Amino acid sequence: MTQASLNPDRSNRSSLGLSIRKRFLSSEPLRGYSLLSPTLLTMLFGLAMPLLVLFGLSFWLQDYVDFIKTFSLQNYSDFFAKPIYSAILMKSIRISAMVTLVTVLLAYPMAYFIAFRIKSNKLVWLILITVPFWTSYLLRVFAWKLMLGYNGVVNSGLKSLGLISEPLEFLLYNPTAVAITLAHAWAAFAILPIYVSLEKIDRSLLEASRDLGENAFMSFIRVTLPLSMPGVIAASLLVFIPTVGDYVTPSLVGGPSGIMIGNIIQSMFGKAFNWPLGAAISVISMLTVTAMVCLFLWGTHRLRRAVA
Amino acid sequence: MSKRRPWWRPSGFMIYAVIYLTFIYLPVLFLPLFSFNNSKYIAFPLKGFTLKWYEQMINSPDMLEALMNSVKVGITVAILSTMLGLLAAKAVTRYRLPGRGPVMGFIMVPLVIPGIILAISLLILITQVDIPLSLWTVGFSHMLLCTPFAMLVLISRMEGFDKSLEEAGLDLGESAWMTFWRVTFPIVLPGIVASLLLTFTISFDEFVLAFFLTSTDPTLPIYIWSSLRFPTKIPAVLALGATIFILSFVVVSFSEWFRRRGVKLESSSGI
Repeated sequence: MTQASLNPDRSNRSSLGLSIRKRFLSSEPLRGYSLLSPTLLTMLFGLAMPLLVLFGLSFWLQDYVDFIKTFSLQNYSDFFAKPIYSAILMKSIRISAMVTLVTVLLAYPMAYFIAFRIKSNKLVWLILITVPFWTSYLLRVFAWKLMLGYNGVVNSGLKSLGLISEPLEFLLYNPTAVAITLAHAWAAFAILPIYVSLEKIDRSLLEASRDLGENAFMSFIRVTLPLSMPGVIAASLLVFIPTVGDYVTPSLVGGPSGIMIGNIIQSMFGKAFNWPLGAAISVISMLTVTAMVCLFLWGTHRLRRAVA
Repeated sequence: MSKRRPWWRPSGFMIYAVIYLTFIYLPVLFLPLFSFNNSKYIAFPLKGFTLKWYEQMINSPDMLEALMNSVKVGITVAILSTMLGLLAAKAVTRYRLPGRGPVMGFIMVPLVIPGIILAISLLILITQVDIPLSLWTVGFSHMLLCTPFAMLVLISRMEGFDKSLEEAGLDLGESAWMTFWRVTFPIVLPGIVASLLLTFTISFDEFVLAFFLTSTDPTLPIYIWSSLRFPTKIPAVLALGATIFILSFVVVSFSEWFRRRGVKLESSSGI
């Protein structure tokens, strides 16, 4: 987009400052990168280097408070030797995938409603959606403990309606509670990207599709949905990737059956105190998530081509 | 589609929207409710109205110190990451950069990396080079997280205005710095305000990075986390949560007013 908006300028060189302009243009990448360098250096130091160090550490071993600094694949073989680790990783991915699916499916109609059915005051609706998320993340998770807990909202409500005599105990401390809480916590992250991509759609394309005889449903399937896919993909990634590693929600509402890979990593850097193993688990988790994301992108790409 | 429905016969979409909003509002609304409840247990039935938790909030030096720490870190992070974001946004929108895609992708990585992985990577690096953990290390990690957000906000603002305005400034003999100050800055200002608010909010609410990278100085989320284990501390935390919520409502309303004013000024001056 920026490339396109820059191109007219290149053809626009006036005869007046041609040579100056040419020199300016020839050094343009250099000037651009010098402007970009503070940000880029910060990211190299703060992002690339730590990730490399993490990768390196995963090949060392923990010896009480020190590291054994010789290359070893012990941590990786440990990971695969104990099935509990990969089981928890798979469970985390399952929970996150479900959360992503539910969040995006629930968010789409809402985003569609704001983009297409609200004529004025769209901003008010968008603000209305983001307001609950000004509450601290921790308190929002805690709120679900309040909703689903023993003396919580749901139990008290059902009791006062006379539907149950004893509070239901299965509501909290399980993977479903984790999934509901995460789906709630990440709702805004799903709505906003989908809304943006729906809002960008040229309305005349929809009219054209209707004029050419498609019904409302088919023009949604063949025009609106494919054109909004970038937003759906962005929303899915924005929800899926961070939720896989979340450990706040599982430790507050997950109980023993709801622990996720984030809890394991956290314990390796806390109570269990085995940093190299924690690093190895992080590396494996990251690679798995990256693989899943690639698979997802490939899948949606195929799907889009099949529909269009 | 364009005909107005009477309110007592809402469309399917409207019904859905109301249910959806109920889902996202309901749990959150119970928090302030319990900040006025006269019982130290966060459970039903309610025990009557009280303001004592707000009193306890004001008389809790630990909590207020954590709040101040978060504000300090938040302001520093907001300023630094907005500056980095502004430089990066100007670079990618105003210059032809070979390899723009990969470089942008690299800067965006903190957006899509699980917080815990960024946190432990930084923890390992920082302990390996013997830098003591403090609010500064927390701030640095927040800056990494916030810079991509700042950059995205500022890019969308920078792409929105006509580059020829800057060129006119240069052609009319202003220096590059003065052109930035007198042309670019006023136009981008609403974006800068939005970026400052967004990055402050992210830093203020961030827990995972702060949890791993602070030593003894807690930020507010760390304080909240530790008090969630002590039920008696929770009502005061809820009181603080409600207070912060009201404050952010005021700030957002103000910034929205500021933004609209910016839009109005722009349209009246024909930009």
